[in-house]
Amino acid sequence: MDTIINAFPYLMDGLQTTLYIFVVAIILGFIIGLIVALFRLSPFKILNFIALVFVNAIRGTPFIVQLFFIYFGLNTLEFISLDRVPAGIITVAINAGAYFSEIIRAGIQSIDKGQTEAARSLGFTGGQNMRFIVLPQAFRRMLPAITNQAIISLKDTSLLSIIGIADIMQRGQVQASATFDPLNVWLIVGIIYFVIIYLLSLLASYAERRFDIK
Amino acid sequence: MSMITVKNLKKSFGDHEVLKDINAVIEEKEVVCVIGPSGSGKSTFLRCLNKLEDITAGEVVVHGHTITDPKVNINKVRQEVGMVFQHFNLFPHKTVLENITIAPMKVKGADKKAAVDKAMDLLEKVGLKDKAKSYPNQLSGGQKQRVAIARALAMDPKVLLFDEPTSALDPEVVGDVLAVMKQLAVEGMTMIVVTHEMGFAREVGDRVIFMDGGYIVEEDKPEALFGNPQHERTKSFLSKVL
Repeated sequence: MDTIINAFPYLMDGLQTTLYIFVVAIILGFIIGLIVALFRLSPFKILNFIALVFVNAIRGTPFIVQLFFIYFGLNTLEFISLDRVPAGIITVAINAGAYFSEIIRAGIQSIDKGQTEAARSLGFTGGQNMRFIVLPQAFRRMLPAITNQAIISLKDTSLLSIIGIADIMQRGQVQASATFDPLNVWLIVGIIYFVIIYLLSLLASYAERRFDIK
Repeated sequence: MSMITVKNLKKSFGDHEVLKDINAVIEEKEVVCVIGPSGSGKSTFLRCLNKLEDITAGEVVVHGHTITDPKVNINKVRQEVGMVFQHFNLFPHKTVLENITIAPMKVKGADKKAAVDKAMDLLEKVGLKDKAKSYPNQLSGGQKQRVAIARALAMDPKVLLFDEPTSALDPEVVGDVLAVMKQLAVEGMTMIVVTHEMGFAREVGDRVIFMDGGYIVEEDKPEALFGNPQHERTKSFLSKVL
């Protein structure tokens, strides 16, 4: 009990860092995913190719390698100087972006061609069609898969403790060795992750109901 | 000036030539029904008129715009050419009212009040004023198609293209949709209707075009084409459907 009471404020501090990194990275990741998805679906071969290389490079390598490449690797270049947190955010964003792009691409392709034809026949440009007709419908279909990826990315942030980011994971390590009570510390850390992810899935199912097509 | 002029139109999908050499003129306020067996190219022909299909060769002029000229802004021309689809293609994430107002607001920049007023008038015209707040999936097929017609009319088109508008409908609601189309014809709307409804073609059409194998085989006033077809293929088609 003492362990819990003493460790808790310290862990909550780490949770703040975790959530900050997660929120910023997931938003950036979604933007990256959207751009890459539109590249994948573009009629320009060169854009398809760039998107394909990006997605395969990220999907084909472990998260930790990407993290080390960006934080340790890129920082050896003279013109790059990345702090831990920005490097962590960039890694999570790029990683999530690659997976998001596949989800978004599939979502866009799942929308009936007739929707685009109707919109274009009314004079919508390709961009307006995407924005007002296709994406809003595709987004609803993507929500479960996006939630899934967001949860995976949240858990991936725990790996950022390896480069010394003071997230909840790193705080847990400090507490576990300081208190000699790893059993209780990791139990608490686990519960905190669980609660956050549970809240996230509640939010997602609310959004699914809210945006459901009647 | 003719509403639509088509010269030597050809359309291929890969190696498959669907439209072989189409020449047609559609006058203002004319109602032209296009009939023919499936695979004859009639839907493809219609879809070339607003460039939903890329045109392989030939010239298409719509309301003075040469849409086969790559310099012509097709989005502008499409604002003048309404289209009604076999499967309605209403926007399921928008209410009936929003389905009708979205194009005038986003494409033409109409203000909301004007767009809504106009949409309500159009809904009244198609007999669905009470459905304004409904979503498309809450409507029957016949109601959906009438909303789709209202959606097309909201852009004040110069010509309306109908692509088998009643083919996906239950028989008992076909009449509701045809009644709306007939009313439009009476009001002087220029319409091109790809249809299997021979009764409608005969009663409402000013002219009937019979297509087969990627060609226009025969065209005439409905009473002449149905009463005294000139070509063997027309005769054999009509003998099967009438």
